[in-house]
Amino acid sequence: MNIPSRTRDGVTILEPKGKITIGVGDIALREAVHAALDSGAKNLLINLKLVTTIDSSGIGELVSGYTTVTNRGGKLKLLNLPPKVQDILQITQLVTVFDIYDDEDEAVASYA
Amino acid sequence: MAADQPQIHLVIGSQFEDIELVQIVVEESLRKLELDEAAAHSISLAVREAVANAIKHGNQQNPEKRVEIDFGVEGGEVVIEVTDQGAGFDVSQVRDPLRPDNLLRPNGRGLLFMNSFMDAIDYSFKPEGGTVVTLRKRLASTPTARGPKEENER
Repeated sequence: MNIPSRTRDGVTILEPKGKITIGVGDIALREAVHAALDSGAKNLLINLKLVTTIDSSGIGELVSGYTTVTNRGGKLKLLNLPPKVQDILQITQLVTVFDIYDDEDEAVASYA
Repeated sequence: MAADQPQIHLVIGSQFEDIELVQIVVEESLRKLELDEAAAHSISLAVREAVANAIKHGNQQNPEKRVEIDFGVEGGEVVIEVTDQGAGFDVSQVRDPLRPDNLLRPNGRGLLFMNSFMDAIDYSFKPEGGTVVTLRKRLASTPTARGPKEENER
């Protein structure tokens, strides 16, 4: 799986699709986060709108990404959580960790 | 498992790609039970976690070890058994992923997922080795998010 990315106002937006699950999308997400950081990105926004399934490994990759970006002085935030992903972030209590937006303009502006 | 309906028995290798095969079979079986989409997704996700744990923690991804999945309906419940060939584990030692100092750990949420999406989970350990995880969900129930009772990396 190749995760598309684009940059807007200095924020790198990753847009995974389908499953972020063990052996399927989790490694792709990790690679996309690291590729963005390696190319000089500091602030990342992950748009989860088109994600259909996320398992504990996928959640683990979001957390890893969050930690890595934070440790490098940047911010990793989430955009457009589908209800199923929202439920899982509630269950895992990670809603208390991530900044979550449902509007891209607002999300991008929040990094300023 | 004493099933009310013909049950499905799957045997897979210890590689993560095989989880997709299990997923297809489980989702098709759930579709025939006419569960609502949310409940079916919950069960499917719980089975995914149980199989992933069996491959990763149970069988240590040993290609010579197998994971068996039994899917059936009994007493108005969907019952799924996932059996590995590993050394077993102590449920009481599983780390609580909701503790503040564990929140940013990248792993250890598998049991939390299973507990949250199913009505009941039982663990048994075969004397010859191997863990059997039994997942149950009432057919009439809707998905509920319950906190975990256990702790660890699973």
